[in-house]
Amino acid sequence: MVPVSYYLVLSGILFACGVVGFLIKRNIITIFMSIELMLNGVNLSFVAFAAHWQKFSGQVFVFFVMVVAAAEAAVGLAIIIAVFRTRETLNVDQVNLLKL
Amino acid sequence: MTSSLHLWLIPVLPLIGAAINGFFGRHFSRRTVAGVALTFCGAAFLKALFVAAQFSSLSLPHTEFLAHWIRSGDFLVNFEFYLDQLTLVMLLVVTGVGFLIHIYSVGYMWEEGGFYRFFSYLNLFMFFMLTLVLAGNYLQMFIGWEGVGLASYLLIGFWFTKDSAANAGKKAFIVNRIGDFGFLIALFLMIKHFESLDFGRVFSSVSPLPTENAGFGLLTSIGLLLMVGAAGKSAQIPLYVWLPDAMEGPTPVSALIHAATMVTAGVYMVARSHVIFDHAPNALTVVAIVGTLTALFAATIGIAQTDIKKVLAYSTVSQLGYMFMACGVAAYSAGIFHLMTHAFFKGLLFLAAGSVIHAVGGEQDMRKMGGLRQYIPWTFLTMTIATFAIAGFPPLAGFFSKDEILARAYQANPAYWFIGVTTAFITSFYMFRLWFMTFFGDYRGAEPAGHGHSNAHGHGGHGDPHESPMIMLVPLMILAVLSIVGGWVGIGGRFEHFLGPVFGERAASEVATGGLSQSTEITLMMISVGAAFLGFYLAYLLYHKRRDLPQKIADALGGFYQAVVHKYYVDEIYATLFVKPLVDGSTRILWHGVDQGVIDAAVNDTADGARHVSDAARHMQSGNVRSYAGWIAAGGALIIAYMIWMGIR
Repeated sequence: MVPVSYYLVLSGILFACGVVGFLIKRNIITIFMSIELMLNGVNLSFVAFAAHWQKFSGQVFVFFVMVVAAAEAAVGLAIIIAVFRTRETLNVDQVNLLKL
Repeated sequence: MTSSLHLWLIPVLPLIGAAINGFFGRHFSRRTVAGVALTFCGAAFLKALFVAAQFSSLSLPHTEFLAHWIRSGDFLVNFEFYLDQLTLVMLLVVTGVGFLIHIYSVGYMWEEGGFYRFFSYLNLFMFFMLTLVLAGNYLQMFIGWEGVGLASYLLIGFWFTKDSAANAGKKAFIVNRIGDFGFLIALFLMIKHFESLDFGRVFSSVSPLPTENAGFGLLTSIGLLLMVGAAGKSAQIPLYVWLPDAMEGPTPVSALIHAATMVTAGVYMVARSHVIFDHAPNALTVVAIVGTLTALFAATIGIAQTDIKKVLAYSTVSQLGYMFMACGVAAYSAGIFHLMTHAFFKGLLFLAAGSVIHAVGGEQDMRKMGGLRQYIPWTFLTMTIATFAIAGFPPLAGFFSKDEILARAYQANPAYWFIGVTTAFITSFYMFRLWFMTFFGDYRGAEPAGHGHSNAHGHGGHGDPHESPMIMLVPLMILAVLSIVGGWVGIGGRFEHFLGPVFGERAASEVATGGLSQSTEITLMMISVGAAFLGFYLAYLLYHKRRDLPQKIADALGGFYQAVVHKYYVDEIYATLFVKPLVDGSTRILWHGVDQGVIDAAVNDTADGARHVSDAARHMQSGNVRSYAGWIAAGGALIIAYMIWMGIR
């Protein structure tokens, strides 16, 4: 039996990788992938606790997260395509027209 | 208490007229506006006549309770009407003269813009004046007192597009406030010491008090403060300065408000408060001195004025001085008698002057008149009667009332009498100066008259001076008749006997015995008539026979003449002493210092601060997704760090 702390550490590393990737990458696709990485880091901690406490609620949460992530991916990719069509770039630093 | 006379109707009727014309007059024709105004004012007059007819069957003083107003513990103020002989005289003068002037105004104002506004204000004035006269307590009197001030302000500034008129209105209002301040403090003192403002209760509280022969006691203070109020309203030294400027208003207004009725409110108030003054001889002395000095002072200014209305204005100030002189020597009924006759002849003088101004197309400068007697014979005739009446020629009204005052002044102190007679001489002189300059000699007006003059009386160019319409002449004639016969009610002290119950037995008995021997009285009478004749002769000499003389005399007098022409520089002195420091202080300290420096600054700095903070904060919202994400991450990290720290603690 692998102790739960191992999973949690891995989950934290995954989440941190996602955060760092989100912050330093400029390409929207990469940022998008970083978000998925963070979500999955959290998912991992959910299932780890679910297994640890022998409760299903954590796993149910994970399913919900995956569903939301899938929906988000669909919408997000659509937005990315729309952005690319109008601006011909995937660099987020050049997509800043929402500022004041 | 006898059956109710519904006295409240008398003031309320003109108020209804004012409301109808004020709210709807804009849509009415001139005829309707005039009809409404005259109907309600006339109805008030009829009601006053009705009251007079019932008068002998009343138990006096007759009070009528209308409603409670203020109830605070033991302190009680009602809406109440108070009727006695004094009220009745005032009531008839105000409604009667007021109604005549309303009729006259229809003709005078016919060509003017704002016709409905004028009559609405005029009716409003009647409402407040009648409230003042009929009031049953000091506070209700104060409502009327302030209200007539308001109406006066509105009517002086009737031609509000003209700067001088608007300023004159403001001046009248502000100077009156100074007087009202004194009046108010007097009321506060009464509330504090007598716990009532009711005439009956205040007077019965005062009566048992000892007379304050020396020092500066409560009653003296109240009396002096009331006199401050009266000086403001009735244009006495030192607050008379507003009245000459008030001539900016339409002439019927000058006649009604600034000659016949409102300005006499101060005299009425002093006479009404005679119980207080009787117990404060020192205050009474101040009243007499102020009145005497004002009479002389204003009369001398009147000599050098060239504006026909200004002469009459200073004459009004001077005549009001006579009334205060009478009150000051405790001859209240003589003061009220002069108030009544003055309302007749001064109202007539103003209306006739208005008719003259009307005739020459808005010109008010007497130097540009002259020879008008052949153009406007009726105006000439009525004005002649009024001039002789004010100058004190027997048997016209002014003779009786002025003689009464002078006789009583002589009893009190010959110095008053001497100044009074001197003033009578000056009065006669400047009035006949006006008369000769206006009606005799050759017409000196520009042809065609009426163009380019500053007066707002809007008659375009017309050729020769022309007589006014009948609607203006009829009130003139009625007032002329009153100016002749008005004094006859005083023959044999009948008027004094009528008012006797109001002013107490002391005053009445003094009149009954005459106080003076028959021969002294006749001598005094001869002297005052002689003074009037002397004034007439001097004016005849200077302004009819030897026209070149006045200029020579003026040159000979030099500086003194200049001082008189400039009204002794009183306006300038007030401007330097009071107005300028106040304006400067207000500008520098209150405006620039307090208002801009503190109040505005606080508001503006708060807003500026918010803007600066927001300006800095808005740069966080860069539109850059990664910086947003960075903030979120930093925030998240902070929260987690906090939770960990809390956890390990």
